Parts: sequence; structure tokens; C-alpha cells
Amino acid sequence: MLLKVDNLHKSFDGIKILNGISFDLKKGEVTVVIGPSGSGKSTMLRCLNCLTPPEEGQIWLEDVELTSSEADMNDARSKMGFVFQDFNLFTHLTVLDNVRFGPLRVNGKSKKEATDIALEEIERVGMIDKVDAYPAQLSGGQKQRISIARALALKPQLIMFDEPTSALDPELTNEVLAVMSALAKDGMTLLVVTHEMGFARSVADRIIFLDQGVILEKGTPDKMFTEPEHERTRTFLKMLSQLD
Amino acid sequence: MEIVHTLIGELPQFGKGVLVAVELLIGIMSLGMVLGLIFATAEVFGSWPVRLIVGCIRKLLWAVPQLVLLSIVFYLPFNLSPMVAAICALGLCSAAFQSQIFRGAILSIQSGQLEAAKAMGLGKFKTIIYIVIPQMVRFSIGSWTNELASELKDTSLAYVVGVMEIMRQGKSIISYTFGNSLVVYFFIACIYFCMTRMGTSIFYRIEDKLWVPGFKKRKD
Repeated sequence: MLLKVDNLHKSFDGIKILNGISFDLKKGEVTVVIGPSGSGKSTMLRCLNCLTPPEEGQIWLEDVELTSSEADMNDARSKMGFVFQDFNLFTHLTVLDNVRFGPLRVNGKSKKEATDIALEEIERVGMIDKVDAYPAQLSGGQKQRISIARALALKPQLIMFDEPTSALDPELTNEVLAVMSALAKDGMTLLVVTHEMGFARSVADRIIFLDQGVILEKGTPDKMFTEPEHERTRTFLKMLSQLD
Repeated sequence: MEIVHTLIGELPQFGKGVLVAVELLIGIMSLGMVLGLIFATAEVFGSWPVRLIVGCIRKLLWAVPQLVLLSIVFYLPFNLSPMVAAICALGLCSAAFQSQIFRGAILSIQSGQLEAAKAMGLGKFKTIIYIVIPQMVRFSIGSWTNELASELKDTSLAYVVGVMEIMRQGKSIISYTFGNSLVVYFFIACIYFCMTRMGTSIFYRIEDKLWVPGFKKRKD
């Protein structure tokens, strides 16, 4: 098991956001998390690398317990890539510097090694012609591809995506989803919070449906889209498919 | 027009005064920058007791007029030379101002970028060095240049504790040429004007050099 999550709890201002979340991620598996807004999807993701520390529950990355007080959180975070909804690229750095930042400053690689890694990842997201551009000169889709390259350059064991296409114009989402699908094909472990049902259906190995802070249902895309167990899952999926 | 000849004859003295003023300015701005940076990072990233203490020191320094602080520092029982006293006092005042410039600049950095650094596993110290400071410099250099111009003018306050800067040189000319105050002061004003223009144009050039897409440009 690559990642094991057991009984995660989190509240904000007395309001329970996560109410006992447990699941596992296998290496090379693509898991998509869906659910209505406010169901705790983003909070769950942020709890996993302790950007928002959970109040209760345990998280293991392989055999390291991240929720223990002795865990080296920075080391763990460098192994868990995180892609944000609004990219959060470093504005003062070029594309190349953004992507080689992790290997250089976090993993302690030499400049030469870091540059090689960065160029490889920039190539992988199809942005090699923009290495010298600054984030402000890129479109939203390009920014998100670079932020994926930045996460990849750390050579993480899994990458988490927090609604990676929600801040993008519809015509720009495809280029980002294409990069993500390619990663899935390459065997990268992905945990994706998204509303892109087409992506969930075609790329996910497993879908988790989160509702009011609990995992109401999980299963293969086939099962979830054709015969969900719960009425709420059915309603939610139906509503989204009407939007598509 | 004798005064003009006197002024020309005294140019070397004024030159010395200018050098002393520049020394003062470098001392004041350096001390102010180091302390200002410490204050600003402490006030943004520190724990609450640190924020409280630093906040109080900063507000105190801000509230006391420079002339008063200068006199206090000068008369402290440490036998400070006039130059050192002036640099310490005016540097402390400048630190209070510079810390606010830096603090504002730090707060202009999108918090998401700090979160991204955290999510990559970058420690707090490295985040400050590699993400916060490079962006802070770009956000703050415009206001910092204004502070530089303002401090350049304030070096003239050091005159009261006996530093031989431009004002002091002017005063001595006035005293032995019996009058001509207006002409001498006007001449001094011109010196300050030239220095300020030179100083700001240097920093505007640095600002242009540091600029990258995504940051605001100064409007001329």
C-alpha cells in the first residue's frame, strides 16, 4: 500500500468537515474523488500532506506515519506532489526555474542535475518552447501544465490534484487533462479531486464519492456510473452529466 | 559677488560634507534595512510574543521624532561619537519605516505561493530566502527609494550633534562671511537636490533591471 488513510477527522470553527475518512492508495493507481461542493474533498487532500493538519486519524506513506509527531513532514511532502487549483507558480521565476526549484532547493541536486530533470519534465508536459517565459506570460492551461511539471520534478511517489481545471476556461481544460491522462498511462499514482466526469470515467481506476465529510461510496468507474449503491451518488452524477 | 567666490573656494569643504552625508546615509539605510527586514519577517512570520515585542519596538521608534531620538542616543552614557550616534538614531527610525515597506511587500506575495513552497517540502527559512525576499525586493524597491530620498534629507539632522555634514559646512561659511545665509542655504538646497536625483535615478535603474513580467512597473 502506498498511502493508507485511517479515520481522518477535521472541523473548522466547530463545523465537522471530515468525519472519519479511511481509504488506501495502491502504487500506480488513479483515484478520483468526486462529491458536491462543501463535501470536504479539498480539505481531505490538504490533510493528507498536513497543509491542514487533521485533528484525528492516521496517515501512512508506505511505512512512515505522517501523523506521528516525529514524522519529517518536509521529507514526506516532497514525496507527495500537490497541484493547486490556482497553480501557485512562483511569479519571480521563469518556467525553467519554477520546475527546477524542487530538485535544486528541496532535493539538494546540483544545478546541472536539476536542470536536466526540469527540462525532461517540461518536455513531458509539452512546454519546452516556453522555458524562459515567466508565469505571467502564460495562459491558465500552460500555467497548470508547468505546475504539474514542477510537482513531477520532485520525483514524487504520488501526485495529488486539487480541482486542477476548475480555474480554467473550458477550452483550456483539455490540455491539462491530456497531461494527466498521460501520467496515468505512465503508471504514476494520482489522487485527483475533480468535477471532470469524462476524465473520471476514462482514466480512473477507482472513484471515491465524498458527501458531508464521509466516503459514501467507492468503486470502479463502471460501477459508480452505471449502478451506484446510493441514491445521493446517483443524483449527483445525474446532475453533473446533465451539465456536460 | 564675493560670496560666490567664497562658495567656490569652499567647494572642497562642501565635498567633504557630501562624503560625510553619503557615509551617514549608507550607515542609516544599512542599519535600517537589516533591522527593518528582521522586524518585518518577525511581524509576519513570528509567534505571537515575538510579534507583540517587535510591534511595540517598531511603534515606539515610529512615534518618537528623529531629533528627539538623536539627542537621546547622543547623550546616552556610552560616549558615542557624533557619527555613530547619528547612524544609530536615524537608522533605528528608518528601521521602523523600512519594516513597514517590507511588511507590506511580504503581504503582497500571494499566500498560495508560500503554500506551494510548503507543499513541496521547503522549510520556512528557505522559503523566506528563495521565495519571499526576491519578491519582496521587487514589490518594495519603489517605496524603498522614496525612503532613501527622505533619509538623505534627514542626514542634515546629524548637524545638531556636530557631525561635519553639508549643513555644518554651510553654517561655518555663514559664520565667517557674516551673513549671506540665504545664498548659502540655497546652495545647500541645490546640493541636496542633485544628490537626491542621482540617488533615486540609480535605484530606478535597479528597479528596471529587477523587473520581470507579473510585477507592476513604476510609472514615470
